Amino acid sequence: MESRHYYRSLARTMALIVILVSFAPLVMVSAIIGYSFETSYRYQVVAHLLEMVEKHRQNIDIFLNDKLSSVQVLANSFTMEEMSSQEFLRRQLAVLQSSYSGTFIDIGLVDNRGIQVAYAGPLKLDGADHSQTDWFKIAKASPFFISDVFQGFSNQPNFIITASLRWDGREYIMRATMDFAAFNSIVESININHSGWAFIIDNQGRLQTRPIGLTPPDRDFFRGLLSKGNGGLQFNGALGQLLSVMSAPPDCCDYGKDVSIGRVKYQGRDVIYIMAPVKNSEWVLVYMQEEKDAFADLYRARKPAVLIALLGGISIVVMAFALSRRVIRRIEKANLEKEQMNQRVIEAGRLASVGELAAGVAHEINNPVAIIVEEAGWMDDLLAEEDLGESQNVGEFKASLNQIKTQAQRCKEINQKLLSFARGSESSMSKVKLNDLIHEIVGILEQRSRLGNVKIVKRLAPDLPEICASPTEVQQVLLNLINNAIDAIGEDWGAIEITTGFDGQTATVDVTDTGHGIPEEVLSRVFDPFFTTKPVGKGTGLGLSICYGIVKKMGGEIKINSTIGVGTTFHIHFPLGLGAGKSSSEK
Amino acid sequence: MTRTAVMLVDDEVPFVNTVTKRLSKRNLHVLTANSGYEALEKLDSGEMVDVVILDVKMPGLDGIETLREIKKAHPLVEVIMLTGHATVEDGIQGMKLGAFDYLMKPCDIEQLVEKIHEAKKKKAQSEHRPGK
Repeated sequence: MESRHYYRSLARTMALIVILVSFAPLVMVSAIIGYSFETSYRYQVVAHLLEMVEKHRQNIDIFLNDKLSSVQVLANSFTMEEMSSQEFLRRQLAVLQSSYSGTFIDIGLVDNRGIQVAYAGPLKLDGADHSQTDWFKIAKASPFFISDVFQGFSNQPNFIITASLRWDGREYIMRATMDFAAFNSIVESININHSGWAFIIDNQGRLQTRPIGLTPPDRDFFRGLLSKGNGGLQFNGALGQLLSVMSAPPDCCDYGKDVSIGRVKYQGRDVIYIMAPVKNSEWVLVYMQEEKDAFADLYRARKPAVLIALLGGISIVVMAFALSRRVIRRIEKANLEKEQMNQRVIEAGRLASVGELAAGVAHEINNPVAIIVEEAGWMDDLLAEEDLGESQNVGEFKASLNQIKTQAQRCKEINQKLLSFARGSESSMSKVKLNDLIHEIVGILEQRSRLGNVKIVKRLAPDLPEICASPTEVQQVLLNLINNAIDAIGEDWGAIEITTGFDGQTATVDVTDTGHGIPEEVLSRVFDPFFTTKPVGKGTGLGLSICYGIVKKMGGEIKINSTIGVGTTFHIHFPLGLGAGKSSSEK
Repeated sequence: MTRTAVMLVDDEVPFVNTVTKRLSKRNLHVLTANSGYEALEKLDSGEMVDVVILDVKMPGLDGIETLREIKKAHPLVEVIMLTGHATVEDGIQGMKLGAFDYLMKPCDIEQLVEKIHEAKKKKAQSEHRPGK
């Protein structure tokens, strides 16, 4: 459990490092490029807007000056007799209207008391008194005048251009009413190709033209802007900072010192505004555009970039986690294999040292056992010689001596088994035909298996190659296994199946019984010396250890599979050995 | 025919004692030695010995070395090797070096006596045909 946690945290650390290393340059490069791109793009947009506003401001001024000049020319080019004539004025109006396509609504001559002396136009204004109007008061005092927009006599929004003239020492004013709609269209034309709004306000914040598609802000809003906008270019907020990094200082551009630019919140939206004075600073041209519209291209370009970065980031994260998990799984598997290998080495080492110990013990015990046997034999000799016929204990003595001999014999057998486990047998190597050997052994065990109600079935591969081994050793292995199998079946009816085969490098022998099986918890211990499930005195616990020792010494392998109640199978792989024949062709 | 003279060589004194008693009872003349050196000394001192029963595993001069020395100095003396199980190979090697036979310890006394008589018979044959 703990190692599981360890591997998990290792994988997490690895993934985080990969993510960090991958993300750091990505984020830095994106930030740098993104910032430069955004800055330069914003600069471009703002510069473009400024230029456009400036151009229109000039257009408006030209328009107004143009009209003013026309009126001034009219006022100063003709005699009072001519100008007082209705017919003459009508002709002049027709000329102006045809030159300026309907911009002029009417023209009239007003004397210094405000009385209309002559008039040409759609209305009947002859002799009208203008002395109480605002425009007359201002116009009387200055050589020329352009009024704000007002609702005229015709209830149409229009404005007036005047020029004073002097004739015979008396002051007159030449007055022309201008169609507001024509003027408005110049201002509106700013909107073409832009989503912003352009309009003109006077310096009191009153609207002079109608913005299309925008609920017009009230005067207070413009007053706020105007109070900010005094004193040339204004830099507000982020946009101001942006403009301050412009390479060209604002002065050198042709925007004029009195153009102001800034950002305000209007109806909950961020709006960029540009204000430029027109008509000698009496009016202000205002251009407003929502920031998200102005920089729409920028935001559009940003979208795929953000999307790519997002997908890239996700793929980095996914890859980092998947990769690290895979690597860690490999490491975990390798560690596990190493651990198992260690376990096996330890196991083998344990068996080997137990074997050494067994050999030592066997040697040491052999001599005392020999002495016991000899002493018992000596007593036997003496008993046979002496006549103790009448003693009733003679029988007991003899029985006791026999028991000593029997048990000593048992000791001797155990010793021999121990030694053969430890050292293997002495017999020399020769070519062994496994099938023949099996026939032989089954023949030997036939009697025993019949008595035990066990049927032995042989399934032998006909062309099994010979192996190079000690025949007595192989015999011992098979004998032990088959004997065990018979014991495993016990009292019941059963069968033993012996199968031989060849898998390319090794000859295999499988011994399967239908016995009671071996519990899983002891399965790993069956090859340990002295491990036995048989009752005391029945088994030494050395049979399988000897098999294991012999097979391992030959470089082969022995494995066990067992299912409780179904039976047990021993698989043995015998290496063919050096010089082993390919196949027993003579057979 | 004189009684067969047997020399029992083993470092285990109780074993030697008992086997001596048992062999004597079976009409054999038994000499003993508790090491290879002692056995060689006794043979060199002119003791009349027909068959040597020699334990393979002894401290000092072991059975095989002793056998080699005996065969060198007294080629007519027959030797029967006694081995533990693991030293059967030594027994076989001993036979290659000229031992008469080998027996595994602990051995049956009757079997041993039988081997002794066979060895004595062989020795007698060798003495009658000194050319060989």
